[in-house]
Amino acid sequence: MTRTASTARLAVDIGGTFTDVVLQARGQQWTTKVLTTPTAPEVGLLDAMNVILIEAGMTTTELDLLILGTTLATNALIERKGAKTALITTAGFRDIVEIGWEHRFAQYDIFLDKPAPLVPRNLRFGMAERINVSGKVLLPLDEAAVIKLAGDLLHEGIESVAVAFLQSYANPAHERRVRELLTLHAPKLWVTLSSDVCPEVREYERTSTACANAYVQPVMAGYLQRLETKLRDLGVRCPVYLMTSGGALTTMAIGAAEPVRLVESGPAGGAILSRTVAQQCGVDRALSFDMGGTTAKICFIDDYEPQLSRNFEFGRMYRFLKGSGLPIRIPVIEMVEIGAGGGSIARIDSMKRVQVGPDSAGSEPGPACYARGGTHATVTDADCVMGYLDTERFAGGRVKLDAKRAGAAVTSDIAKPLGLDTDLGALAINEIVTENMANAARVHAMELGKTVEKYTLIAFGGAAPLHAARLATKLGISRVIIPLSASVGSALGFLTAPVAFQAVRSWHAVLNALDTQHANALLDEMQQQATDMVRAGAANEPLQTARVAYMRYQGQGHEIPVTLPAGKLAARDAATLTARFAKAYHAMYGRAIPNLGVEIMSWSVTVSTKIKPAKLAQRISKHVAARASASRRVFEATQGKSRDAKIYERAQLVPGSVIKGPALVAEDQTTIVVTADFSLKINSLGYAVLDQHKGKQQ
Amino acid sequence: MSKKSNRDALAEIQMQVMWNRLISVVEEQAQTLIRTAFGAATREAGDLSAGVFLPDGRMVAQAVTGTPGHVNSMAESVGHFLTEYPARSMQPGDTYVTNDPWKGTGHLNDFTMVTPVFLGAGKRLVALFASTVHVVDIGGLGFGPDGTQVYHEGLFVPILKLVDAGKFSQTVLKIIRANVREPVQVEGDLYALVACNEVGGRRLNAMMAEYRLKDIEALGEFIIARSNAAMLAAVREWPQGTWSTTMTIDGYGSPITLAAKLTISRSGIDIDFSGTSPVVAKGINVPKSYTDAYTSFGVRCIIGANIPNNEGSLSVVRVTAPEGCILNAPFPLAVAARSTVGQMLPDVVFGCLRQARADKVPAEGTSCLWNIRLAGGQGAGAMLKAKRFTVVGFNTGGTGARPAKDGLSVTSFPSGVRNVSLEIMETISPLVFWRKEYRPDSGGAGSARGGLGQVIEIENGDNAPMVLAATFDRIHHPARGADGGKAGSGGRVRLHSGTELNGMGNQVVPAGDRLIVETPGGGGIGDPRERSREAVAQDVKYGLVSGDQARVLYGFKE
Repeated sequence: MTRTASTARLAVDIGGTFTDVVLQARGQQWTTKVLTTPTAPEVGLLDAMNVILIEAGMTTTELDLLILGTTLATNALIERKGAKTALITTAGFRDIVEIGWEHRFAQYDIFLDKPAPLVPRNLRFGMAERINVSGKVLLPLDEAAVIKLAGDLLHEGIESVAVAFLQSYANPAHERRVRELLTLHAPKLWVTLSSDVCPEVREYERTSTACANAYVQPVMAGYLQRLETKLRDLGVRCPVYLMTSGGALTTMAIGAAEPVRLVESGPAGGAILSRTVAQQCGVDRALSFDMGGTTAKICFIDDYEPQLSRNFEFGRMYRFLKGSGLPIRIPVIEMVEIGAGGGSIARIDSMKRVQVGPDSAGSEPGPACYARGGTHATVTDADCVMGYLDTERFAGGRVKLDAKRAGAAVTSDIAKPLGLDTDLGALAINEIVTENMANAARVHAMELGKTVEKYTLIAFGGAAPLHAARLATKLGISRVIIPLSASVGSALGFLTAPVAFQAVRSWHAVLNALDTQHANALLDEMQQQATDMVRAGAANEPLQTARVAYMRYQGQGHEIPVTLPAGKLAARDAATLTARFAKAYHAMYGRAIPNLGVEIMSWSVTVSTKIKPAKLAQRISKHVAARASASRRVFEATQGKSRDAKIYERAQLVPGSVIKGPALVAEDQTTIVVTADFSLKINSLGYAVLDQHKGKQQ
Repeated sequence: MSKKSNRDALAEIQMQVMWNRLISVVEEQAQTLIRTAFGAATREAGDLSAGVFLPDGRMVAQAVTGTPGHVNSMAESVGHFLTEYPARSMQPGDTYVTNDPWKGTGHLNDFTMVTPVFLGAGKRLVALFASTVHVVDIGGLGFGPDGTQVYHEGLFVPILKLVDAGKFSQTVLKIIRANVREPVQVEGDLYALVACNEVGGRRLNAMMAEYRLKDIEALGEFIIARSNAAMLAAVREWPQGTWSTTMTIDGYGSPITLAAKLTISRSGIDIDFSGTSPVVAKGINVPKSYTDAYTSFGVRCIIGANIPNNEGSLSVVRVTAPEGCILNAPFPLAVAARSTVGQMLPDVVFGCLRQARADKVPAEGTSCLWNIRLAGGQGAGAMLKAKRFTVVGFNTGGTGARPAKDGLSVTSFPSGVRNVSLEIMETISPLVFWRKEYRPDSGGAGSARGGLGQVIEIENGDNAPMVLAATFDRIHHPARGADGGKAGSGGRVRLHSGTELNGMGNQVVPAGDRLIVETPGGGGIGDPRERSREAVAQDVKYGLVSGDQARVLYGFKE
């Protein structure tokens, strides 16, 4: 498989509402959106494939590559529509998965509810066994009890089982023995071992990950199998890949074995798109900004690598608060998600402050201006009042906006209680929602030790182009890039993702007494595992490896990733690692701490195919004066008053077209707002590049 | 409201945006501290605070972190710093420090630092940033209630200048290092405090540059006035009057009665702890600053919960306690384990508020943390031969039932701590855990049930003795139910071999034996016989309530 411009590549992102499809072939690109068919997602998928292939005049047999992303796993978790699942734990610890962190994620809310575990208490079973932190057996596994349980599970109608024993990452023998026994005595059960899906220290997170995998596995495996059969029946001969939460591709077989890795693949695709755009435009410090109807997602991309992490919480519905969801530890692209989207509802609180979100009017009833029964003022209503939106063309003309209703909602919910004009009420909503996003970006930058002012904003998703320039100004960012086809950003991103697998293990080691022999054996084993996984989908493509140790000062609570030197570790590498850790620590926290021991908690090895160089943006020296198609009264945020802004058609702009703000650039799915402090220029790839005028802030 | 002029309107919007920004600044400050601090209490449990103050010492924003113990104790603390070092004497690069329990946050383990922030590179003082962190050790007897004077509890650092125009006082650092058991970690925490205040200062300066502000006086007044008005409005939704209550807890050796009289008036809420038991000879006494913190927190959970902490909102709740009662312990009494009694105060506040509006107030819960502190290899004889370790596990019992909602099982309240992973504790010590699970039947029966406690069983895997430093309450005086609801189960501490242990003080767990800790349950609300039958059936199915208890207390027939 070689991925050149002449190959035909199709990517499908099955989202909650829409299924997005992108086809690239013969140097051309086709995109489309169809409604997702939640009960049988493969139906919508096959429909969409059909539509786009007909449009391109191609057949399924001509495809060279097919990539799928799906929210099915995420939805099964959030909507609790997974399999009937049981959990087997070490005796005495079956409540670990419900006790969780023992805290309240909202300090002042005494009425809060904690997320219910995926497996209820009557289906959680403790088995006598115990392995200690060094992997030594303290209490042998009670095999007779496991065999008896196998019968009980079948009797209970259990489809899937998670097994999570204490310290199983150090020695998985007991978990593996349980799988053998279950396979023998209840062969129809799906079995997930915590030491397979998450061989990492911290029992709650590991158990929760195993439960999530077990819970979605029957659904996902069944779906993937049906899908594969149908695709083959339809004549698809090419390799089929799945997008993972870590922004990498994997095979159908691995997807079915560890479906928990498929959670959140859509947002990961968006971040991968940003990476590609960053590469094309030579932006080595990119801030990916994806704003849709309900949430905004922010992700830092340094040196063309999105920030990765191994912590994710699903179903964090409680004001998006950390700790209000259930944890899964898988490789994920690190993002902050906040309740700030077009549908976010604005209100006045008891301190007469405008608050926006995190609740959203969604698509039903939607913002007031949709005229579908929504009466609350939303961000989209504010955008409408400020003149940013073309009422006839919103969402490709599918939704006709009612500016009057928008004005009425903004007036009654915000402007009147504050004694403001409607325009200023809309401005307040816009300023607060943008400030919320800016604050989220600032705090996230702080968590990661980054300086946000040095970044370029890459904006996509329906609502992002409306707010990107203002957000940039607030963050002290002077350049914004808005790619083409931004509304199918995730599917576009899939097309440039590598095939990769991350193996991870916890093994505690103190650096000044590092057992390099053990470390090398562990790393070799992980390298082998990851390589096997990638080879299954990458044939003979050249591979690259990244090895990371998760290190901390002895006694600290957070580990930071440090890249290991290439090749076998030798005794002298301990000094190299200490120095690398100190440097990374200094970069994050401003100072290193002398005389304190350093320890490694976990290790990871990521093997991936090399990313194909993207088509680079060329320098354009010519300036083409753009012709406005109309003009409209627009409320200018930076100046706090209305003025006429010219409106341009994005389809009519060509590389080199220049537009000075304030102006609006209309496309079928969205509008780019060029505030008064920015100018827009179309680059050689057709992307809109907004630059702030020098020396002009605010 | 009448229409504002365009200029006023824009100013109003800008004030609101800057208020949001200021809260983000203190969140960044707190985040820096969480990620750089060493003590498990800070990083896992969020036992820290961070805030920004006007130059006159009034707090304008505080980060929302895990412990209410610093809610307004840190705010008060800044006033003490200003008395010692007037604002005009401060210069860029200075940072001041103390762990004075009476001028800080209640015990020697808490260090508070204050850093003045100047406009740009100039000399104009625009704000003070303060932060507090709990360090792992401060010398003395080691953490626990066994001291009888503050002198036993470790090194006392009065308010002094730690960093002078950017230069750390090596003298102070040397003295601190020489007096604590974990010098590197403690010093690391002190650096973390300085660093987080610096981050706050930088962020504030960036914001002021962006909005071209010369000071934050106008913004501060705006925040304080808005918060004050909102807090008063929240108070005025409640009936006016005075309500009294008492609650008795185990204490150290002899019971302690906490008495309170709470008055709601148009001008705010006054709580008077007259009638409360006197101070004791052990380290469970509470300095007034800490009493203020947990009392206000209790009120704020029920009234004005969504209003941010600052001078405007905090000044609406006023607390008095006669000097010499256990809630206003004077220097030099022992105060190290003040949290056990202090954390009970929200329940006392609830006892009063429940009489005003029962539909808004939960029943009593475990309230105090049941932190399991174990140490090995320290002391004399056989102990000394064993591997040395000190470990703290943050553990909790059940919370009280809430009106029409069950209490939360095994959940921290009023503290907001997170626990520490068992596997991590087994990594850093020789401990082996044998059990950590719900304790059936421990939740107080009621139409709304109290939350359950848990059972934890621990062994020293090195087959050596270890010492438990206990600070547990609600063993003999469990959380009471309300409106016909039953009390939760009392807690219990014992050895696997059968010996019952005390709730307070250092006690040995012999080699080969196991420690078993059962945490208390929360109280129930309403007659258990009125609990929905589906809820009782589910509790039985899940094994949270036994068949016996379901029959006897809930009148449940299958």
